[in-house]
Amino acid sequence: MGDDDIIEVKDLEHAFNDVEAVRGISFSVRRGEIFSFLGPNGAGKSTTINILTTLLPIQRGAVQVAGYDLAREPERVRESIGIVFQDEVLDRDLTVWETMEFHGRLYSIPRDERRRRIDGMLAVVELEAKRDVRTKNLSGGMKRRLEIARGLMTRPEVLFLDEPTQGLDPQTRLRMWDYIRQVNAAGTTIFLTTHYMDEADMLSDRISIIDHGRIVITGTPEELKNTLGKDVIYLETGDDAKAREALRGVLEIRSITESPRGLSITISSDGSHCLPGIVERVRDAGIEIMSVNLKKPTMDDVFVHYTGKELRDTGA
Amino acid sequence: MAWEFLTVYWREMIRFVRFRTQLFSSLLQPALWMAFFGVAMSSSFNRFTSEIPVPPGTVPVDYLTFMAAGMIAMTTLFTSLFGGMSLLFDKNWGLMREMLASPMPRTHIMIGVSLSGMTKSFIQVAIIMAFGLILGVEFFPGFSPARIAVSILGIFVFVGVFSLGFLLFSSNISMRLESPEGLQGIITLLTMPLFFVSNALYPIQAFPPFLQALSTYNPLTHLVNGIRYFALGSEFFAVGARYSYTTTDILTSFAYLLAFAVVMYILARQAFRRAVVT
Repeated sequence: MGDDDIIEVKDLEHAFNDVEAVRGISFSVRRGEIFSFLGPNGAGKSTTINILTTLLPIQRGAVQVAGYDLAREPERVRESIGIVFQDEVLDRDLTVWETMEFHGRLYSIPRDERRRRIDGMLAVVELEAKRDVRTKNLSGGMKRRLEIARGLMTRPEVLFLDEPTQGLDPQTRLRMWDYIRQVNAAGTTIFLTTHYMDEADMLSDRISIIDHGRIVITGTPEELKNTLGKDVIYLETGDDAKAREALRGVLEIRSITESPRGLSITISSDGSHCLPGIVERVRDAGIEIMSVNLKKPTMDDVFVHYTGKELRDTGA
Repeated sequence: MAWEFLTVYWREMIRFVRFRTQLFSSLLQPALWMAFFGVAMSSSFNRFTSEIPVPPGTVPVDYLTFMAAGMIAMTTLFTSLFGGMSLLFDKNWGLMREMLASPMPRTHIMIGVSLSGMTKSFIQVAIIMAFGLILGVEFFPGFSPARIAVSILGIFVFVGVFSLGFLLFSSNISMRLESPEGLQGIITLLTMPLFFVSNALYPIQAFPPFLQALSTYNPLTHLVNGIRYFALGSEFFAVGARYSYTTTDILTSFAYLLAFAVVMYILARQAFRRAVVT
């Protein structure tokens, strides 16, 4: 385990009776990063997170979380982590404050310190005004914020977020992303599972795409997109044929096709770096350029490329 | 010493007070039993048994007073058997994951839930005793105030140990089951034999030998023994039968209940350690 790694997973396997949910995955999460598991429902994300949070016993493989061996010292691991579960885990009949108080007491935080942290966390998630409201009377976004505040009040080294924005409206999602970034900026490592492409793309430092219980590829969002080598530059010129001639021999260009919209040039490396050179070359050849367009592959393209299918977004 | 079970206890009690229907029904139920079943049965039983001569040296006890002890025991049994229900709800609503993923030892969940169940039983027992007084139950006949205080304490100790045993049993079952319906089924199955093969409502002296033997293994019988000993004294006469309890009898009954609770604790602890809830 490297010094910078806060989670280290080696050859993790897990089966429910005959169904193999996780089929030998290895990965590590670096201290301070936002790391995402991106995959369709049923890919093994929740099983992995349940093992990492000690809710499921480890069957095969080795896991270290925050420096502790999961199989040998589950209590230590529990002290070091915070969890926000995929579905709502709130006692409907407790108030916001009682929900926090209960959690703080579960983690044996001394009374004064506990009360201070509750006040502080409720301020961060802007729920101070709701402290005496029962959780059943909160909106979906407030409930999620309360759960995040609760997960953070124990000052975990790693915060696990299982599908944190599932079922939230677009505005609330954006706010939730802001909270997650804030929490991360304050030093908490975040392990996130999601089946939303944009969420993984926008939030993560690194992403593992997981499918059928296996990790297909890991990298930064940029790296993942660049591996496709499918950046496409659309070029509308005064003379497409001459422009095509001028671009012959440029190393990064994989292929050029002519379309009604002009030339579409497929680039084998990062398109944004090649673009100035290409434009310059065409200009130098004395050809007028009417418009330039760069299309980078989206996370969707990456996902389809590596799993061979569109995301099965059909609910858990 | 870790005190986190008090956290679980605290939440259980908040819920108890907050679920108004649960609160009122649990407080009303024993009172209604006393008021209707108790009064109705005692009027017929007293008619049958008033002819039987009371042996010298024993205190005659009317049926209402006799069955009030059984009513305390029965209410404790019901409440305790249902005690695990909140665990099933926690499991089904996903709330238990918060506790299972926390550093709190898992045994604290069952200890907290059991202690809160015991508290609820204490409240109910206090209500039955107070309401019984109004209906004419003659507990503590001729006792001095000091003896009454000791007797009440004795009753609560018996009720406490008994309820812990059944609460742990109920918690154990709840951790292994998937649905509240399952627990409901098991409770229904158990309460009938436990209640009727005991001395709660009538003397076991008249049972056929097989049932009589069976009833001595029934924790409910031992709880009722303890309550009657403390509430009515060591020598009394009720429903045509003479009751005589020695100190050894009562200590044996207490030891039996204690052993039952310990066994239930060990079994429940296993269930909690192995529990996988996701």
